[in-house]
Amino acid sequence: MNHILVTKEVTKHYGKHTALNKVSLEIPKNSIYGLLGPNGAGKTTLIRIINQITFPDDGEVIFDGESLKQKHIAHIGYLPEERGLYKSMKVGEQALYLAQLKGMTKAEAKKRLKFWFERLEIGDWWNKKIQELSKGMAQKIQFIVTVLHRPKLLIFDEPFSGFDPINANIIKDEILQLKEQGTSIIFSTHRMESVEELCEYIALIHQSEKILDGRLSDIKKAYKNNVFKIGLETRNADILLKELADKFEIASSTYDGGEGQLDLTIKLPSSDSKNILSYLSTKGNINNFVETIPSANDIFIKTIQNKGSRE
Amino acid sequence: MNKLPLIIKREYLAKVRNKSFVIMTFLSPILMVGMIVLIAYLTKINDNEKHVICILNESDYFSNVFLNTGSTSYVDFKNISLRQAKDSTASMGYYGLLYIPSGTNLEMVSANSYLFTKEVPSTLVLEKLEAIFEERLRQERLSEMGVSAAEFASIDESFDINTATFAGQQNIKGINEIKAVIGGGFGYLIMMFIIIYGGFVMRSVIEEKTSRIIEVIISSVKPFQLMLGKIIGTSLAGITQFAIWIVSAGVLLLIAFSILNIDLDALNGSGTASVPGVGSHMAPPVPMGDQTLQIYAQELFQIPWLMLISFFLVYFLLGYLIYSSIYAAIGAAVDNETDTQQFIFPIILPLMLAIYVGFFSVFSNPHGPIAVGFSLFPLTSPIVMLMRLPSGIGTGGVPIWELVTSILLLIITFIGIVWLAAKIYRVGILMYGKRPTYRELFKWLKY
Repeated sequence: MNHILVTKEVTKHYGKHTALNKVSLEIPKNSIYGLLGPNGAGKTTLIRIINQITFPDDGEVIFDGESLKQKHIAHIGYLPEERGLYKSMKVGEQALYLAQLKGMTKAEAKKRLKFWFERLEIGDWWNKKIQELSKGMAQKIQFIVTVLHRPKLLIFDEPFSGFDPINANIIKDEILQLKEQGTSIIFSTHRMESVEELCEYIALIHQSEKILDGRLSDIKKAYKNNVFKIGLETRNADILLKELADKFEIASSTYDGGEGQLDLTIKLPSSDSKNILSYLSTKGNINNFVETIPSANDIFIKTIQNKGSRE
Repeated sequence: MNKLPLIIKREYLAKVRNKSFVIMTFLSPILMVGMIVLIAYLTKINDNEKHVICILNESDYFSNVFLNTGSTSYVDFKNISLRQAKDSTASMGYYGLLYIPSGTNLEMVSANSYLFTKEVPSTLVLEKLEAIFEERLRQERLSEMGVSAAEFASIDESFDINTATFAGQQNIKGINEIKAVIGGGFGYLIMMFIIIYGGFVMRSVIEEKTSRIIEVIISSVKPFQLMLGKIIGTSLAGITQFAIWIVSAGVLLLIAFSILNIDLDALNGSGTASVPGVGSHMAPPVPMGDQTLQIYAQELFQIPWLMLISFFLVYFLLGYLIYSSIYAAIGAAVDNETDTQQFIFPIILPLMLAIYVGFFSVFSNPHGPIAVGFSLFPLTSPIVMLMRLPSGIGTGGVPIWELVTSILLLIITFIGIVWLAAKIYRVGILMYGKRPTYRELFKWLKY
C-alpha cells in the first residue's frame, strides 16, 4: 500500500451549498502533500472530513488501506488554521490532556513531552499558563501537541502563521525531520514559497472541485511553455533581432548599446533548444541561457484563471 | 479507550480551580449567614425597643388595663392639665401621651381619646393600644347584655374542621402547605441549579470557541462526547459547590446563633406576640398545643422522603440534562456572551412559569387541572411535579399514570432535545463571525 490516504469522489453539501464535489485524491506515504486553493475552495471541509469532524455525504475515505474509522484518530495529527489552547490551563497539564485525548497513556505522554520540550528549548514552561505566553510561544506548544502522539499522517493548515521567521524555520526543519522519519504530511497553505520548498505533491482545489493534482515536478514540466531567457554580448543587435523574429516568437528584448548586452525572452516551438543555442553561439558570446520554469504561484494563478475563463 | 472520564475530569478541575468559583463557593455561605444573622439581630433589637407611654386618664373606665409589658411600659399622670401632660411627656423624652377624657359612657370616652406622639406612631404601638380599647369596649357591651367575661370565654371557640381522604388517611390542617413548601423547595433547587450551572456550561462552550481550541479537541473526540463531558463535569462541580454551601452555611448558622445567642424562634415569633393583660379568650393566633405539634411531627415523618428524594433525583437529572444541553447549544451558536440574550430568555421562561404556577396554583390545589398540565409538560414538570409529589403517590396523591406519563414525556424530550442540541452544537462550534438567527439554527439541523 503506497498511499496513506485516498479519497474517492468525496462530496459534501451544506444546505444548498456544495462544499466538495467528487474530490478524489491519493496521498502517497512518506511525502509532503500540498493542498492548495483559494479561500472558500473547500480545503478546510476536506481536512475536517479526514479528521472525522464532519462526514461526507457521498464518497469514501481510505486511511492506510482501511475505510476511515474513529480509531484512526489516534494516527492523525491535526493543526487547524483556527487554533488555540485553554488560556487558563497550565502548559504541561494541557499538553498531557490533549495527548491523552489522542489515546496516549499519561506516562508515555509525559516522556514524549519532556523530549519535545527539551528539543524546542521550552522546558521551563511546564507550569506556566497559556495566557502568560506570547503568541509564538503558544504556537510552539500547539505544534508539539499536534505531533506528540507520533501520527502516521500529519495535517498542517497554515502552520507558519503566527511564527516569526526564526521560529518558522525551526518548525519547517521539524516538519522535514518528521517526514524523514516516515510521517506523511498534508500541508494546506496560501504561501506558495513554502509549497515550492516543501511539497513533493500538490493538489489544487477550486470551487469545491479538484482541478489539478500530481507530483509538483511533473506539473511544472507540464506547465512550462518553452520560454527561454537569453543573455548575449553582441554589437549588431538590430540585424540579429530581425533574423530571430523571423524564426521565433520574441516576447521581450532589451539592448544596452554601451555594454553591447542583449537580453531576450523567446518562446520556442518545442523544448528542443539545441538549434537556437548553436545558432546564437555564432552570433556572439552567450552569458545567460535559462528555461523559465513556472513557479507554483504561476501555476496556481494560471489554473484558476483558466478555469474561470472556461466557465 | 473511553475519553469521557478525561473530559469530565478536566471540566471539573477547570471549574473547581477557577478563582471566582472558589471565591463564590466560600463567600456565599458567609454572606448568606451574615444576612440571616443580621436580620435576626435587627429583629431582636427592634423587639427590645422600649416604648414608654404616659397616660392621662380622666375617665373611670380605663383603670388597671394598661399593664407594663417587655416592650411597653406606662406612666400614669394624675391631676394635671392636658397641656402640662403634653409638655412633661415631651420634656421627659417619652414615646407618647395617651389622653383619655372624662365622659359619661365608654363609647364617648373612647371616641374622644387621643394619642399624642412626637412623630407618627409605630403601628405596633397603635395595635397594642387599639387592642386594649377594643377589648374594653367588648367587655362593656357584654356586660350590658348580661354576659360575664368568664361566660363569654367559655362559649368562644376556635374551630378547625377535620379532614380525611376517602381512603381514611387522616389529614391535619396546614400539612398540605408544609408538603407543598417541601416540594417547592426541591423545585426551586432544580431551577436555581439549572440557571446557575446551565450558564456555566454555556460560558465554558463559548470559552472554547473564542480560544479556538475547539477544533483541536474535536479532532480527537466526538463533539457529543465533549458536550456530555462538559455538562457532567460542570454539574459535578456544581454539586460540590452546593454541598459545600449547605454544610458550611449550616455550621456557620449554628455557630453564629450560639455566639450571638439569638433565639431562632425570634425569627418567627416576633410578629405574633400576643397582647398581654387582655381577656383570657384572646388566645395566641396559632393554637399549637403539644398534641398538634406531635401530629405535625408525625406527618413530617410520614412524608415519603425516600420516594421524594428518589423522584427528585430522577427529575433533577433529566431536567438538568435537558436544559444544560440547550445551554450548550446556545453557547455553540454564538461567539460571545452578549449574543446569548435572545436565546436565553425562551429557556428561562418555562422555568419561571413553572415556579410561579407552582406557588400560585399547585400550593392551593395540588391536583387541579393546571397543576396536572404543568406537571406533565416536560419543560416544567421537573419543578411542578416535585411540588405535587409530597402528597404521595396513588390514592390521595399524584395518580400513577400521571407520574409515569410525566417521566416518559421527560425521557422522550430529553432524547429529542439532546439530539437536537448536539446537532446545533456540532455545527455551531465551528461557525465564527455572525450571530445566527433562529432560521439558521434550524438549517444547521439538516447539515
